[in-house]
Amino acid sequence: MEILAILVGGILINNYIFSRFLGLCPFFGVSNKLETVYGMGAAVVFVMTLASAITWPLQKLLLEPLGLGYLQTVAFILIIAALVQTVEMVIQRVSPTLYAALGIYLPLLTTNCAVLGVALLNMSAGYGFVSSVINGFAGGVGWTLATLLFAGVRERVEGTHIPPAMRGMPIAFVAAGLMALAFMGFQGLFRGILF
Amino acid sequence: MKQSTSTPGFGAVLADGLRQAPPFRLLLGLCPSLAVTTAMENGFWMGLAVIFVLACSELLISLLRKVIPDRVRIPVYIVIVATFVTVVDMTMKAFVPDMHAILGIFIPLIVVNCIILGRAEAFASKNSPLLSVADAVGVGVGFTVSLMAIGGVRELLGTGNLKLFGFALLGGGLPVEAVVMLLPAGAFFVIGFMMAGLALLEQRQRERALRAQAAVAGAAAAAAVAGGSAAGSAAGGSSGGEGETV
Repeated sequence: MEILAILVGGILINNYIFSRFLGLCPFFGVSNKLETVYGMGAAVVFVMTLASAITWPLQKLLLEPLGLGYLQTVAFILIIAALVQTVEMVIQRVSPTLYAALGIYLPLLTTNCAVLGVALLNMSAGYGFVSSVINGFAGGVGWTLATLLFAGVRERVEGTHIPPAMRGMPIAFVAAGLMALAFMGFQGLFRGILF
Repeated sequence: MKQSTSTPGFGAVLADGLRQAPPFRLLLGLCPSLAVTTAMENGFWMGLAVIFVLACSELLISLLRKVIPDRVRIPVYIVIVATFVTVVDMTMKAFVPDMHAILGIFIPLIVVNCIILGRAEAFASKNSPLLSVADAVGVGVGFTVSLMAIGGVRELLGTGNLKLFGFALLGGGLPVEAVVMLLPAGAFFVIGFMMAGLALLEQRQRERALRAQAAVAGAAAAAAVAGGSAAGSAAGGSSGGEGETV
């Protein structure tokens, strides 16, 4: 039940874009074409899940027993950078086709605040190992869902007749605001059943 | 940063940094700009933290720019930035715990704020320490002012008043309470319309410049007709070229 609650919460209710504001730079950056969203989304889900899986033992087995809690920020960002680099090299060796699809998106993930954000949120929420991994996965799926929907909206908006000053980014922000309002509708979802 | 090739002064670099207004012009540092700007004061503290981290890391990176090997420079920058972020995090937790609780994970997330790594790579790694600090203060103050503007609009429309350090700036306040402005959606709306406003201003300026240029070109052409046909064609060609680049 807790796992289901984390999944629904991460994907819909506390969506990483529309309610937590994490990972916005790539959200606006890659959402102008649907194909790029698939590549970036797959990379985000993959790295957020792995980052949750690797930062939890780092914090609980290394930093906390040694009393090095204050090194959390430094340690997390370094291990995420190393993780992204390793994943990139492994994928390049194992599956060149996957690398061709994800390659250019992977290096960007080091500075994606959703990845470091989910690691920090897992710690402040006090999740266990399994819950942390599920939370990372749900966060990635939520990010991808929001960006996919938004890319569809943006493609429609491109061709419309609007004032020149609103074209491009300004209308994209307004569209994102409307989608955030729509996502507010998920707030009461499963209340009393899961939460 | 085209001026950095010559020898620009402290003030010139500072003004150049200020003019970039990161969230609007560069689309960098979006996450904190949207997340913490439910009130003007939040924007101020967030901006202050960013200025400190940016200035300290640019100074240190600039001092070490000849020592850091080129191949590992990005990890080194990340460690330097993360160190100063930890300093800010712990300082704010100790002295302004309420604000630390409001800003939450967006303080440690300054590490992955693209503005900081971007300025480290684009400016501090190539310039002297003094100029790097000027750039950091310029960009940081620009960021702070942008955050306070976004926060101010959201607070004014959402609660009907502006508060800074506990004082209500507008006395009784206004009879508006659009709660949507304090919700996540309001952040997107405010930034969207502010960007549209900036675009409109720029468009006006460009049109005015074009009109002024056309007038100058017309006068030059008239003078050239009086002077000779060869000079006239040169003037026409140059004004046409400028019109295209603008």
